[in-house]
Amino acid sequence: MSNSKFTAGVIPEMMKNYINRLASKGTRVDGRGFDEIRALKITKGYVKRAEGSALVELGKTKVLAGVKVEIGTPFPDTPNMGILTTNAELAPLASPTFEPGPPGEEAIELARVVDRGIREGHAIDLEKLVIEEGEKVWIIFVDIHVLDYDGNLFDAAGYGALAALIDAIVPASRYELGDDYKLPVQHYPVPVTFAKIGNWIVADPNLDEESIASARLTVTTNEEGHINAMQKGLSGTFTYEEVQKVINMSMDIGAKVREIILGDSDGKEN
Amino acid sequence: MGIKSDIRLIDDNGLRIDGRLPNQLRPIKMEVGVLERADGSAYIEWGGNKIITAVYGPREAYPKHVQEAEKAIVRARYSMAPFSVDERKRPGPDRRAVELSKVISEALESVIFVEKYPRTSIDVYIEVLQADAGTRVAGITVASLALADAGIPMRDLIVGCAAGKIDGVVVLDLNKEEDNFGEADVPMAILPRTKEIALLQMDGDMSYDELKTAMDMAMEAAQTIYKMQIEALKKKYTEVV
Repeated sequence: MSNSKFTAGVIPEMMKNYINRLASKGTRVDGRGFDEIRALKITKGYVKRAEGSALVELGKTKVLAGVKVEIGTPFPDTPNMGILTTNAELAPLASPTFEPGPPGEEAIELARVVDRGIREGHAIDLEKLVIEEGEKVWIIFVDIHVLDYDGNLFDAAGYGALAALIDAIVPASRYELGDDYKLPVQHYPVPVTFAKIGNWIVADPNLDEESIASARLTVTTNEEGHINAMQKGLSGTFTYEEVQKVINMSMDIGAKVREIILGDSDGKEN
Repeated sequence: MGIKSDIRLIDDNGLRIDGRLPNQLRPIKMEVGVLERADGSAYIEWGGNKIITAVYGPREAYPKHVQEAEKAIVRARYSMAPFSVDERKRPGPDRRAVELSKVISEALESVIFVEKYPRTSIDVYIEVLQADAGTRVAGITVASLALADAGIPMRDLIVGCAAGKIDGVVVLDLNKEEDNFGEADVPMAILPRTKEIALLQMDGDMSYDELKTAMDMAMEAAQTIYKMQIEALKKKYTEVV
């Protein structure tokens, strides 16, 4: 919506003109190409108390994702499946426009888009998380903590969630159910978000770009080049051709991001 | 999406469980001006969906801090009645409703000349009375009629339509069983005149070609639904004596 927390920092008309002028020359405020994402650094195993975690730095945007694994009862309609639940916190320390309190519509949309990506992309094999059919299953809690908001939370959160799941173990020994084992991650769905500014489309918008964008589109693709989730946002529109172009760019960029997420960075700098 | 089952969604003749062809819409019926108090209203029956919509505004936006100095704000509220689904839904917005209200608001704003009404709100209430999959796109379609009925200036109507994939086949307009047991769903909202895309979501698993086919199908069907919208609007205003 128009008074979104994401756009509340009023950006001077000058900045808008500046970004537009740069775009007409094929470049962006931070010198990137239209299809270039910011520097991405992922530190897995950041929180030792969590079953899995990852700190994501996407440019200056910082997001910490944590996975906790507990035992619970399955949903009645899926007695032979574990449970995945995703939540996002826009912590007030991350931006002057974030306020304490229950999650607003931005946080809910963020959590649901991240959830859709990993759920529909079958990142985790939920059928392998059953302890006793219909009675006892593992519940995977994915919590996204936004620490510093400099644009494009969808992607930072999506990368964090996937990396934290890859990092996660199932704490079987804690419940005397045998040895701990790696969470069964079988697919690697990766979101890439684009913003439409004027007639230009840029990947991984930073805060300035996001605040003058007319429309936004997130496309989540997996390692097989399949599309698992999409989410369009804001009150502008895309043409059919623009959507096709965005999907293709998302696959290309997603492949590079996937390599970084899969990279070995167990609590160390990478 | 994606609950595994042995249910066959497409039979040997290539027909769907409700007898439709892959690119066939469910029956749609629309009526404009169905509520007394609202500034604009409309009702739709789309397959087993029954949705009623009211528009209030433009009116002074409250609370005051939500007002925008240069334009109206568009606030759609998507809500499902507790009895609209098999298992009673607790009243009040759940997380799904919050997300849908947000994306529907944004989609509707794309056609409204919001700059004409600074400091006001245009409130769109979408009440799902009976749900049968595709409620968000049916809701957008009928909300667009209620906005027109309220006399709100728009650059186009807006049409919602979904396509998806069931049993490996790309199909138009999924019903409830197809939505539960299918492989993908792609809800869209389209501006029929310019063919711009105002809402686009997707969940499931599709190849690039399948997704493209689904989008083509939904965009073509949007033109059919657009004609029905115009008919429904004309009907109200020719009946006035």
